[in-house]
Amino acid sequence: MTKALLVARREMFAYLRSPLGSAIIAGVLLVDGIWFYWQGLTEKLLSADVLAQFFYGASGTTMVAGLLLSMRLLAEERQTGTFTLLNTAPLRDVEIVAGKFLSALVVIVVMTLLTLYMPLLILVNGKVSVGHIVVGYVGLVLLGGAATAIGLFASALARSQVVAIILGAAMLTPLVLLWMVARAVDPPLNGFLSDLAIHHENFRPFMLGTLKLQSVVYYAALTYFFLLAATKTLEARRWR
Amino acid sequence: MIQVEDLYKYYGDRRAIGPVTTTIAKGEVVGLLGLNGAGKTTTLRVLACDLLPTSGMVRVDGYNVVEQPHEVRMRIGYLPDLPPLYGDMTVSEYLRYAARLRGVPSREVDKRVQVAEELTELGSERGRLIGALSHGYRQRVGIAQAIVHRPAFVVLDEPISGLDPAQIVEMRSLVRSLRGEHTVVISSHILSEISETCDRILVIRDGTIVASGTEAELAASQRGMRVDVTVAGGGEGVAVRASALLGALPGVTAVEPVNLRDQSEDAVSFRVASDRDVRAELCQALVRANFGLLEVAHSERELENIFLELSSGPGGRSGRAHAPAPAVSTTEASA
Repeated sequence: MTKALLVARREMFAYLRSPLGSAIIAGVLLVDGIWFYWQGLTEKLLSADVLAQFFYGASGTTMVAGLLLSMRLLAEERQTGTFTLLNTAPLRDVEIVAGKFLSALVVIVVMTLLTLYMPLLILVNGKVSVGHIVVGYVGLVLLGGAATAIGLFASALARSQVVAIILGAAMLTPLVLLWMVARAVDPPLNGFLSDLAIHHENFRPFMLGTLKLQSVVYYAALTYFFLLAATKTLEARRWR
Repeated sequence: MIQVEDLYKYYGDRRAIGPVTTTIAKGEVVGLLGLNGAGKTTTLRVLACDLLPTSGMVRVDGYNVVEQPHEVRMRIGYLPDLPPLYGDMTVSEYLRYAARLRGVPSREVDKRVQVAEELTELGSERGRLIGALSHGYRQRVGIAQAIVHRPAFVVLDEPISGLDPAQIVEMRSLVRSLRGEHTVVISSHILSEISETCDRILVIRDGTIVASGTEAELAASQRGMRVDVTVAGGGEGVAVRASALLGALPGVTAVEPVNLRDQSEDAVSFRVASDRDVRAELCQALVRANFGLLEVAHSERELENIFLELSSGPGGRSGRAHAPAPAVSTTEASA
């Protein structure tokens, strides 16, 4: 996995040198800040509710950031021809995918940590537990990781970044909206669909400060599935 | 040694290459020559493990590209037609990254990068961003990344493409400098370029190797030869008489008037095609008939003709639809 770390380091370097990484982080911080002010500071709510609302808003920006960060990871390399360097070097496809994913995940972690001042304001001025904050951030990172994995798979399929972001959004949006479908169908299918939704039932426990093992497993499985799909896509491309 | 046996690659239903059977010995500099779309890049991509073959066997140093791709990739350096360069990295950063990816131990990376930079004369550019380099230097960086891990085999896809004449001369000497330490496979659609740098030429047509050998061997394999003859006198009568005389010589198959470069107005030139070397008889006949013989030379277009005949088949480019011609070398099998 040393090679995966090499790839991850190179990608981190690319995020730092290109305006894309900074622009995404700045955009997320701006939207999160406005959301926090609007939802948390303009209405009279309990501290825990304000924190839950903050995580609710941040979850949306984190998912979008995951897609935006991952769209270039493989599609851009294919567009510019640099993928040949990775493809002809002695490293496995899983190492390429792991390295790419890791780099985007690190950016997401850094990005979410930069929002920490908002929960800390609630902690200082209100009554929330540190555990609630920690669990909320764990949820954000898990959700961001899953969205990044979906975006990475889309990037493996697409030949251009624009197609990659469209494909990624086309895969992520139904997963977000599954809870609405769940409402419209009868049991036991509604429960199954609700459990499959990437946000509603699976993210709510994190918002409220509850670490639910089922949701952790769900996000881990979703991430693994899409990373595996991206790896298999790269393997299949060699035969084309 | 690179062994290729009965190699086929299909893109969907379209056959890109195959059957290809050849052997490239250690230390050889081999040129892969063919028209655009003949299958050069696909062949090189399979050799470099960038693509997997549809069928057939490719072994590099005894390792199979399908079953042991890692072993093969450790031994091969590859420069595709579009060099895989990151514009946001400096030359040194990029070469270090490429070296580490290719498995060079970290303690040796700086030394290997320095050697590659020296060999490709990139020392003065090592701190510059690749995105700011000229096309020629970018090609050099591409070659440097292909040799930074000291691979036994270096595969270069059209390395002179887009270079100006001065850069072509530099690139030629760079490729020559790889001789000895590396086995080099280089592709081009320019015969003169390949023949300048390579020990052996493989001519590929319609995805199949149709000839193999040195330039002289390839020329000899083509039936007959062409010579340009220039005689003094620019009048119509001289041209008609000379043409009739040359056309009547045994072995001559065609005579056509041509305008050669630097030809004076007081001279007339012909391109004489023959099924054997008729230069001696031709000179004697012209002198006996009191023509002022000014020059007899191999046709300037001889190289181009050899290439076109080999790579296009009978009838020029349209000949690509025809069955491949028999291979010149008996070591090259084309079914």
